[in-house]
Amino acid sequence: MGYLAYYSGTSVVLSVLTLVGLYYLLTDQGYRVDFGWFLEETSPYMWAYIGCSMAIALSVIGAAWGILVTGTSILGGGVQAPRIKTKNLVSIIFCEAVAIYGIILAIVMSNIVAKYPSDADDKVIAANYASGYKLFGAGLTVGFSNLFSGLAVGVVGSGAALADAANPRLFVKILIVEIFASAIGLFGVIVGILQVSNAKMGEAAGSG
Amino acid sequence: MESLTFNIDNGYLEGLVRGFKCGILKRDDYTNLVQCETLEDLKLHLQSTDYSNFLANEPSPLQVSTIDDKLKEKMVIEFQHMRNHAVEPLSTFLDYITYSYMIDNIILLITGTLHQRSISELITKCHPLGSFEQMEAIHVASTPAELYNAVLVDTPLAPYFIDCISEQDLDEMNIEIIRNTLYKAYIEDFYKFCEETGGATADVMCEALSFEADRRAFIITINSFGTELTKDDRAKLYPRCGRLHPDGLAALARADDYEQVRAVSEYYAEYKLLFEGSGTNPGEKTLEDKFFEYEVKLMVNGFMQQFHYGVFYAYVKLKEQECRNIIWIAECVAQQHRTKIDSYIPIF
Repeated sequence: MGYLAYYSGTSVVLSVLTLVGLYYLLTDQGYRVDFGWFLEETSPYMWAYIGCSMAIALSVIGAAWGILVTGTSILGGGVQAPRIKTKNLVSIIFCEAVAIYGIILAIVMSNIVAKYPSDADDKVIAANYASGYKLFGAGLTVGFSNLFSGLAVGVVGSGAALADAANPRLFVKILIVEIFASAIGLFGVIVGILQVSNAKMGEAAGSG
Repeated sequence: MESLTFNIDNGYLEGLVRGFKCGILKRDDYTNLVQCETLEDLKLHLQSTDYSNFLANEPSPLQVSTIDDKLKEKMVIEFQHMRNHAVEPLSTFLDYITYSYMIDNIILLITGTLHQRSISELITKCHPLGSFEQMEAIHVASTPAELYNAVLVDTPLAPYFIDCISEQDLDEMNIEIIRNTLYKAYIEDFYKFCEETGGATADVMCEALSFEADRRAFIITINSFGTELTKDDRAKLYPRCGRLHPDGLAALARADDYEQVRAVSEYYAEYKLLFEGSGTNPGEKTLEDKFFEYEVKLMVNGFMQQFHYGVFYAYVKLKEQECRNIIWIAECVAQQHRTKIDSYIPIF
């Protein structure tokens, strides 16, 4: 049943898109499908703030999901083996670090955004547009990498809690796996910082 | 993506059941138990395990049947706790586990009432996991159809009775046939449920249930030699969700003696090993013991994957095996007959 819905949905969408495209093509209105017009008409603030919100929102989703996966296992395992409670909070901390990366980048990004007058120089406007796209890209980078890092830390943390409950010597080894899972979130943050490092908006943008 | 969504509803219970599994007795514990001289020693040694003071309030002298009851009681309390905390679909899964005990209880009650035993006496012998509301209402019914209409239609086992409602009278032979028909319908239904759940649950459970189905087929065949059960009737009792379906079951239906059954098992690698190592000579394990060993191995492997329901089924089966082991050792100790005391089946 699920496959039927999935296939019929995608085929309907694809055929509508194809028909619309063919209509424009065959009625000599191909010039109206103008991606450049779209980019010029949309405000750089929209891109900047979508990036900013993706950074924090997706990071928090990743952290929350990871905490829920690992937290329930710690609670369950802690009933028969209460000693795992304190040590396994480290997994929760790793998940939460992912959300912290997201909020750092979101604050950095929202501090970059500034007003520019609409009659400013071409160079200033171009710089602002470029910064909008940079912030959008950085937001997606940080958001998605933290999302998956949080998920990974969560699933591994759940296994770590249950393994620790069974055999205390396993915890430190599994922690190393968690550290690697956490590191990939860090990579996203580093790249994100690089992307926003020379993004400047406002009147002074074009001169830098 | 089961690993991401399983813990939302079932994470706590999986952690809990794995905690219980860590409390299952290990080889060292069994070595200690085997060296006991009296049942009081046994009680002392069990105090240092997960069982702690479960026998504390029992009057001495201790009986083996008391130990049996208390062991079962502990497992039942743990299971009920988990069942109370479970939501769909885990709650349906746990209910399926209880249905096999319900079938045993129903058959016990019917047999008991046929032999004019009082209901209250029989109820105490029923397995607590398989209790249902209408248990006390089973009175003398002369045909299965009457019994069904009066009592069983409201139980969760009602759909399994379709095949065995007949107008023939309830007697000894028919009751065993009813038991096996019910069990066949139950295990096929459970298998379908696990298959539909999919993922690691299907992996672990379908393996376990197909072994259980094949084991029932072998045992029914072997036990039916020398009885009045015809081959056709026998063939109707085999559950069809195992590896033996369809060719092995057809061959088993035609078998006349133990050697032919062994010949059928030769076609299936796992079962060939079980039949090869078994026999009735002293020093060899019986076929039932080999089956139990294989089941324990499958159940222990069920704990190797995370995020599936099979751990709950595996826990119940392993606790049952542990119960059987402790009672075996207790009986050997109580009767001071220690030659076969090492025939328990170690789990971990």
